[in-house]
Amino acid sequence: MKLIKYLIIYLFLLNLNNYLHAKDPSALINEIVDEAALILSSDDPVESKIIKLNAIAERSVDIDGISMYTLGKYRKTINDDQKSKYQKLFRSYFLKNFSSRLVDYTNPKIDVVSQKKINDKYTIVNSILEATSKRPQVKIDWRIYTKNPDKPLIRDLIVEGLSLARTQKEEFNSIIQNNDGNINALFKTLEEYLIK
Amino acid sequence: MNKLFSFLIIILLSFHGSIAIAGDDGKLKVNGNKNNNGYEEVGDCFEKINRGVFAFNQALDKVIFKPLAKGYRMFPQPIRSGTSNALNNLGNVVTIPNNVLQGQFKDAGVNSARFVINSTLGIAGIFDVASYYGLKKRDKEDYGQTLGVWGAGPGCYFVLPILGPTTIRDSLGSVVNLIGGDAWYNVTVVNDTQYFSEADYYASRLLSGIDFRAKNLESFDSLENNSVDLYASVRSLYLQDRYRKVRNIDKTTETLSDDDWEELDSQ
Repeated sequence: MKLIKYLIIYLFLLNLNNYLHAKDPSALINEIVDEAALILSSDDPVESKIIKLNAIAERSVDIDGISMYTLGKYRKTINDDQKSKYQKLFRSYFLKNFSSRLVDYTNPKIDVVSQKKINDKYTIVNSILEATSKRPQVKIDWRIYTKNPDKPLIRDLIVEGLSLARTQKEEFNSIIQNNDGNINALFKTLEEYLIK
Repeated sequence: MNKLFSFLIIILLSFHGSIAIAGDDGKLKVNGNKNNNGYEEVGDCFEKINRGVFAFNQALDKVIFKPLAKGYRMFPQPIRSGTSNALNNLGNVVTIPNNVLQGQFKDAGVNSARFVINSTLGIAGIFDVASYYGLKKRDKEDYGQTLGVWGAGPGCYFVLPILGPTTIRDSLGSVVNLIGGDAWYNVTVVNDTQYFSEADYYASRLLSGIDFRAKNLESFDSLENNSVDLYASVRSLYLQDRYRKVRNIDKTTETLSDDDWEELDSQ
């Protein structure tokens, strides 16, 4: 009986601990947006900005999850060696792509407006990239993977309703498909992009 | 005109029924194929030709449209906003009938009121006075979207010279504009009125394209520099955008299902 009592108390404390440490997805976005804005508006050289931005991405984006998603149906046909090679290539590709897209912005202002929990695994955070004299306001939604509530991770960015992960998946799938399903063609394309 | 109409109806009926599309494996699949999240797969039936036309459009963009958009960007913001407002206001003459055809009667009412107020008090739509009176801007609608709402599948994806990406459904929607569906086209090109000429219509279309290009200069550059297959990226973005517009979806939670991601547990 005592054992059951202790077990209940233990489970309660464990749950309380999880609750206290769970990170709010909106807080995650606010945190990284503020951090990125600080880096982008600083006088640091571009190389230093890229290193810092990449550190944010490594910490807050589920790069491995996205890499597998972007393979689409081909993720079921690759072997372990190909998988490990692809994940390495994708990580480098993603970070280069991510920082080169962001580094052009000097001081982007993003306001988190709301969030909606879809299920235990996903929450969508809605935000607005404020308009500038050059471009209109842009709606950006973030798909946050919350399976581990202590460490929510970004899995997709949906810009004005267009999913970047889906676009990437269809881009990669097109390369593989146009090369008779040969995944090495994608590896070659990614390698060429990385040395560009 | 009757012949054109009959031709259109035949095409409409045929693609609404069972048009064949190229599938992932290069074989033909029957239209209406949906993947596990309800997102309709659209065939790229003439990919090789499409890629050629896309390259031609890219070259044209580099030489003509991008420089024009950059030049347009040099105008002061109020002039660009006014131009954009006037073009949007003109777009209402296509949006309103499509609101009605899609059963969006409230939107049709709001857009009609906006059109009347902005065309008069807003001086040919340059100033968005209607928003000041609480009549907020609604989404644009076109005949391609209406056909989609009525249940027509997109059919094949293809790329038109100068005009860019489209599908069979969307290009048929554009044809409707030319056979009486666009009041602006009717008063400029079709009917010989003393107030407007053909040149006004083509100038408005060109300006509309330049305005859109100017608003997206940086995003296009970024996409171009960071894509490993730009053609495939543009195709994906176009089809996602049309999917969302046909379903009049505004919220991300309604556009995406988790099924796509469900196998991927990395935590």
